[in-house]
Amino acid sequence: MSGTALRSPAARALRDAFLSALVALGIFGVMVGLRTDPGARSLVLSWHPVPVAVAVAIVFFGRLALSGWRIARPAGTAAPRRLAEGMTHAGRYVAPVFLILALTLPLYAGRYYLDLGILVLTYVMLGWGLNIVVGLAGLLDLGYVAFYAVGAYTFAIAATTFGLGFWTCLPLAGLFAAIFGVLLGFPVLRLRGDYLAIVTLAFGEIVRVVILNWVSLTGGPNGISGIPRPTLFGLTFLADGGPGSFADYFGIEPNITQRVIFLFYVILAMALLTNWVSLRLRRLPLGRAWEALREDEVACRSLGINVTVTKLTAFSIGATFGGFAGAFFATRQAFISPESFTFIESAIVLAIVVLGGLGSQLGVALAALVMIGGSEMLRGIIILGVDLVEYRMLLFGIALVVVMVLRPRGLVSGRTPSVSLGRPREISAELVAEGRG
Amino acid sequence: MTALLSLAGVTAYYGAIQALKGVDVEVNEGEIVTLIGANGAGKSTLMMTICGSPRARDGRITYDGQDITQLPTHLIMRRDIAQSPEGRRIFPRMSVYENLLMGAHGRPAAEASETMEQVFGLFPRLRERRLQRGGTLSGGEQQMLAIGRALMSRPRLLLLDEPSLGLAPLVVRQIFGAIRELNRTTGLTVLLVEQNAFQALRLAHRGYVLVNGAITMAGTGADLLARPEIRAAYLEGGH
Ligand SMILES: Nc1ncnc2c1ncn2[C@@H]1O[C@H](COP(=O)(O)OP(=O)(O)O)[C@@H](O)[C@H]1O
Ligand SMILES: [Mg+2]
Repeated sequence: MSGTALRSPAARALRDAFLSALVALGIFGVMVGLRTDPGARSLVLSWHPVPVAVAVAIVFFGRLALSGWRIARPAGTAAPRRLAEGMTHAGRYVAPVFLILALTLPLYAGRYYLDLGILVLTYVMLGWGLNIVVGLAGLLDLGYVAFYAVGAYTFAIAATTFGLGFWTCLPLAGLFAAIFGVLLGFPVLRLRGDYLAIVTLAFGEIVRVVILNWVSLTGGPNGISGIPRPTLFGLTFLADGGPGSFADYFGIEPNITQRVIFLFYVILAMALLTNWVSLRLRRLPLGRAWEALREDEVACRSLGINVTVTKLTAFSIGATFGGFAGAFFATRQAFISPESFTFIESAIVLAIVVLGGLGSQLGVALAALVMIGGSEMLRGIIILGVDLVEYRMLLFGIALVVVMVLRPRGLVSGRTPSVSLGRPREISAELVAEGRG
Repeated sequence: MTALLSLAGVTAYYGAIQALKGVDVEVNEGEIVTLIGANGAGKSTLMMTICGSPRARDGRITYDGQDITQLPTHLIMRRDIAQSPEGRRIFPRMSVYENLLMGAHGRPAAEASETMEQVFGLFPRLRERRLQRGGTLSGGEQQMLAIGRALMSRPRLLLLDEPSLGLAPLVVRQIFGAIRELNRTTGLTVLLVEQNAFQALRLAHRGYVLVNGAITMAGTGADLLARPEIRAAYLEGGH
């Protein structure tokens, strides 16, 4: 391939774009171009060339633009440095703004946006919980959904068989999830990287399969229904009001939105608790030991750090928050079944953590907002006869690829030292070695 | 006088491979002892066996009169033994300051800043670079950081695995000078593993030669330096 080196950059970019378009044709031709519609007697395959042509054209010109940008910015110069710095500086203001927006959301948002907010915040909480394991301690966990499931089922079973309330069960759900975290932690203590990922993935599946098959306890595929809603100091949020309800106590009209608002604040508080605990832990010796563990396990041993305990605490604390989120999920849905705890949930949460920039709290929240909120926004947007929400996984994938190309360390990738002398200094994203840890 | 650290008949294995074949080594309080040997002789293994990983299969390791052979690694490392492992192994994404703090893990916070001042006194370069990320330091600075980090736990016994590896002669002299200085002023006991036999033997009070997992020679630094077989095997042609 000696000719390749001699070819001009423009020609190379063109060839590159052509190849990308070819790949796109292969993918989209089948995924978008072929569609089955119910016919008179059986499904009828129909061919839609226009959307395929559009998709292929987007890929072709997108790739060309990307190459053009690469040529304009020769290798070796820093990636969008100003952007990176801007993001880290903006971070100081973005976080409070988002917090205020979240706190005041029920004042101006309708039911739909509150429900969406609840969904996003659930993933923010899951992301922050997993961030402890993956982002801080550097343990790649592909089975985080297991703890979400354990929390949900702990609460559901305790509530439906013993009649316990949400707030009583919440610590229980966290505790059970933590125990499962240790259970997962022990066998994988010696594993790293890909091996760890595979075992945790299997763990997530095992938990789901056990739930599916332990019919007497979990209801199997039928799930558990009639899970009680949370109460505010004993006040219920029933749709028809009635004695002992929130509406009755304050003498206002019972309204289903009141419960949604309450649920929104519950998950907001739980997510903020997760964030606060993570931030605190990072400053404690335990949190620093997690970060050191992510960097170099052998060095940790030589410094007298108990690696076993450090790993197990990361797994169990991360799992605890997963369990809390699971209990919240159960109380919000009032119904759970194994279908809600498939591998794709783990993958989405992990994608949020990676997209957000491993270890960055704000990044994780933004990524959850974009991925969960953004993909929900796609619903109803119909382009060329396809509802975009059906392609959310494809768009997730594209988003991940784009972010990994432009900002390999995630959206918000600066790492603030957990301890600093005097003036805090950001270790800029450019100095953080790519692809390590 | 009983030794601060003593290994008696220690063997160690990696699976079926025997890496240490009954090693006897003594390190007295206040001494610099060096262990020299070729690549793959088992020097790092010996150092790691003291720390409990891999664990000694036979023999006994005593520290300060107590048997530490069966202790878990993190408990051994909390007994005022500190180690600067082979390849430095600093935390690349943490600042110099944070790296040093990691060395004081499990010790009172108030003590750390005082110890850090001593480390900065020994290696002023680290003070200049204290907010810099560990991974961006030069090789010599990284080695200083690795030693400084080990010193943060205020050890009585310091284990150093090939601190001169890959460093320019001038930097090696600087680092060995710091070790000598530490030993002279604070009485720190040092076990130094080196391939750089000439410099190590000049620095050390006593030395051992390790060949294929067994000690073949022992003596004072000057004595070993003078032996023709040492000169032939480790000094001439080597570095
Ligand atoms: N983790 C390991 N697993 C298996 N064999 C090892 C391991 N570490 C070292 N060895 C083997 O043990 C012997 C001694 O190695 P080492 O102690 O690293 O020597 P040195 O430090 O003197 O260069 C070598 O033959 C090496 O291949
Ligand atoms: Mg070695």
